[in-house]
Amino acid sequence: MTTSGSAERISPALRTEALEQLLTERGLIDPTAMNEIISDYETNVGPLNGAKVVAKAWTDPQYRRRLLEDGTAAIKELGFSGRQGEHIVAVENTATTHNVVVCTLCSCYPWPVLGLPPSWYKDPAYRSRIVREPRTVLAEMGLELADEVQIIVRDSTSEVRWLVLPERPAGTEHLSEKDLVPLVTRDAMVGVAKVEAP
Amino acid sequence: MDGVADMGGTRGWGSAHPPKGDEPVFAEPWQGRAFALTLLSTRVSGRNIDAFRHALERLDRAAYLDDGYYGRWLNATELMLTDSAILAPGAINARARNLRGEDVAEPPIPEPVRPDYAPTAAGSLRMVDTPPVFAVGQRVRARNLSQPGPTRLPGYVRGHAGVIDLIQPAAVLPDTNAHFQGENPQYVYSVQFASRELWGPDAEPFAVTVELFESYLEWAS
Repeated sequence: MTTSGSAERISPALRTEALEQLLTERGLIDPTAMNEIISDYETNVGPLNGAKVVAKAWTDPQYRRRLLEDGTAAIKELGFSGRQGEHIVAVENTATTHNVVVCTLCSCYPWPVLGLPPSWYKDPAYRSRIVREPRTVLAEMGLELADEVQIIVRDSTSEVRWLVLPERPAGTEHLSEKDLVPLVTRDAMVGVAKVEAP
Repeated sequence: MDGVADMGGTRGWGSAHPPKGDEPVFAEPWQGRAFALTLLSTRVSGRNIDAFRHALERLDRAAYLDDGYYGRWLNATELMLTDSAILAPGAINARARNLRGEDVAEPPIPEPVRPDYAPTAAGSLRMVDTPPVFAVGQRVRARNLSQPGPTRLPGYVRGHAGVIDLIQPAAVLPDTNAHFQGENPQYVYSVQFASRELWGPDAEPFAVTVELFESYLEWAS
């Protein structure tokens, strides 16, 4: 199939508009449903959800245990579930073990806790190289790991989705769960960054 | 399926990009619309997520790469809709040309041929009656399969030995579900491979885990 191989190139924006028109004029899709999906992923389903999970796990040892034992159930306790979150496994990054997540075959990503994947996650350079030279790739992305840190790359090839529980930064012992939430970044929950103290 | 989508370990893609913290969910409005159209079209075409992923895999290199991530989704969605004869081939481009002021004939609407197929339950997790064949800690080998159809067995682990790290719940097998040939649920295993097993003695020391369906695996000594 060569949809983009025609002699005169048509922009994806125009092709998207054409597709939307073709389906809505036949009543096959409802524009309201479309707008609801877009708005949901722009405003509700994003990395703030995951940050709440992480901050709770950092401050509530019982919750942390439940999260690492059954990620899906613990995440659902906070009200997060849905598409691309049928089975979520949480893994903990520590001073000696560093997990980092990829999908080499497409772009599988835990939507209910992190939203839609950022551009670097979908980039061929990341998808191809993180399973071959992760220490080098992480350094290119700004994360230098000590030689003794063991790296485990999680390639999401099935419907299992991975959430990294980042290491709680030193110097945040006095902070409450609520104060910790804004420190937790999407990138740390995929494993390409660490959480920094404020 | 072998092809551009199976990227693990392939060369020639350049440097990784440092993350940008303030990246919008959709960089351009059409991307959000293409995203929503994909979710809705999967249902309209009577297909499923495995068929969608296989549609992505079947795109040629240009259709996969040239218009970025959501361009790829748009192209795979067009493929699903033409596969189910909801749209005629070329219908989207013809309409797009008319939208920009050309006057081209649009192909007639075909008679839809949706797959006669429905999931047995929501989602992809299923119960199976038999216990898992493999146990945590056992050595297994990813079978060296290179099938033309859909598979979630990445090329870079085929033929290589690893260790069962976790037993995941049983799930619908994409290889048959994408072709509407049955769910055939199987256990999924997170198999851990050592970097030097995959990439040779000069590889960085690390491990990679890959979720593999039971039929992708065989015993390793």
